Amino acid sequence: MVKIFAAALFCYFALLVTPAGAEYGDVVINNYAEGQGMRPVVFPHWFHRIRYTCKVCHADLGFKFKAGGNDITMVKIIEGQFCGACHNGNIAWSVKNCNLCHSGKPGTPTQVHESTTQELVVPSARGIR
Amino acid sequence: MTIMRWKGLFYILGLYLCGPMSAQTLAASDTAPVPGSVTQKQGSAIPMAASNSFNRLLKVTRRHQPPVEDGIHDPDNEGTLLLQAPLEAYANLPRTPSDLGNGVDWVRAVDEHFINPRWDILDPSEQPLVMDMNIIRIPKGSIPNELFPHRQHTLLLDCSNCHPSIFIPQKGANQISMAANLLGQKCGTCHGKVSFPFSECKRCHSQPKDAPNKRGNRP
Repeated sequence: MVKIFAAALFCYFALLVTPAGAEYGDVVINNYAEGQGMRPVVFPHWFHRIRYTCKVCHADLGFKFKAGGNDITMVKIIEGQFCGACHNGNIAWSVKNCNLCHSGKPGTPTQVHESTTQELVVPSARGIR
Repeated sequence: MTIMRWKGLFYILGLYLCGPMSAQTLAASDTAPVPGSVTQKQGSAIPMAASNSFNRLLKVTRRHQPPVEDGIHDPDNEGTLLLQAPLEAYANLPRTPSDLGNGVDWVRAVDEHFINPRWDILDPSEQPLVMDMNIIRIPKGSIPNELFPHRQHTLLLDCSNCHPSIFIPQKGANQISMAANLLGQKCGTCHGKVSFPFSECKRCHSQPKDAPNKRGNRP
């Protein structure tokens, strides 16, 4: 009986630690979102790099190469900075479509999904980039 | 009798904890005539299967999942349902044999016009300023030499993205190590996060160790 119970527990934890199957390079940004009652933002690199070169966001728009390191707020986005340079209803969907970007699972910390830094460094601190 | 009841309770609890496996095993218990025999079978079968299915190579087995099932999107969010699935977007793109990272050969995709990512936010006709210059670095020990091609990088990036903050544009001025890379510095600013991961060793360490250098000398 104990064996069965142990086996069941093992299965449960094996399922629990199954890594997420999201796409390599997906960035979760949860600097302010959950604190303000919104879901974290998921930024899919793969989707954007099909349409734009890295240079457009990382040189022209000034995104630093660091997840959570850009201090993005909705005010800045509405003013046309960061995501707001395209997500203005002209180039891409406008800020009114809240839950298309704010679509992360609640409690997901800021991260680059499947990155070496995420996998190598013990993910104890919230600030693992 | 009470022991039997407890057995059943633990069994049901176990099934509940097992989650996705529960449907299958529950069906088995329905058809079994004696509860005792079933639990004995389960007890011996589950640990053996679990030990054999250990991920020996620590490979990421679940990749490229659609947003609803990918583990970082909230499936209860209605916006999640509207998002594109990666494999749908990759259907016509050249894939890498390893399938590591995105599993897409992004440079080939650009070179062969599978995709045409904009260089300018508004003007689709603007073209990148490509610089074709290879840099060969000679790592320690028997690690094959590393070839850094500027062309593939300038197709997608501006000079100012890397120079001078990440790499000082001067020969011999940059100390690069795999330790730094793996911690997200130097090449690891992009590689291992967004560009192809470090497990694809030979895409960078692509030159034979004993290749002659510029002057024709062998090391």
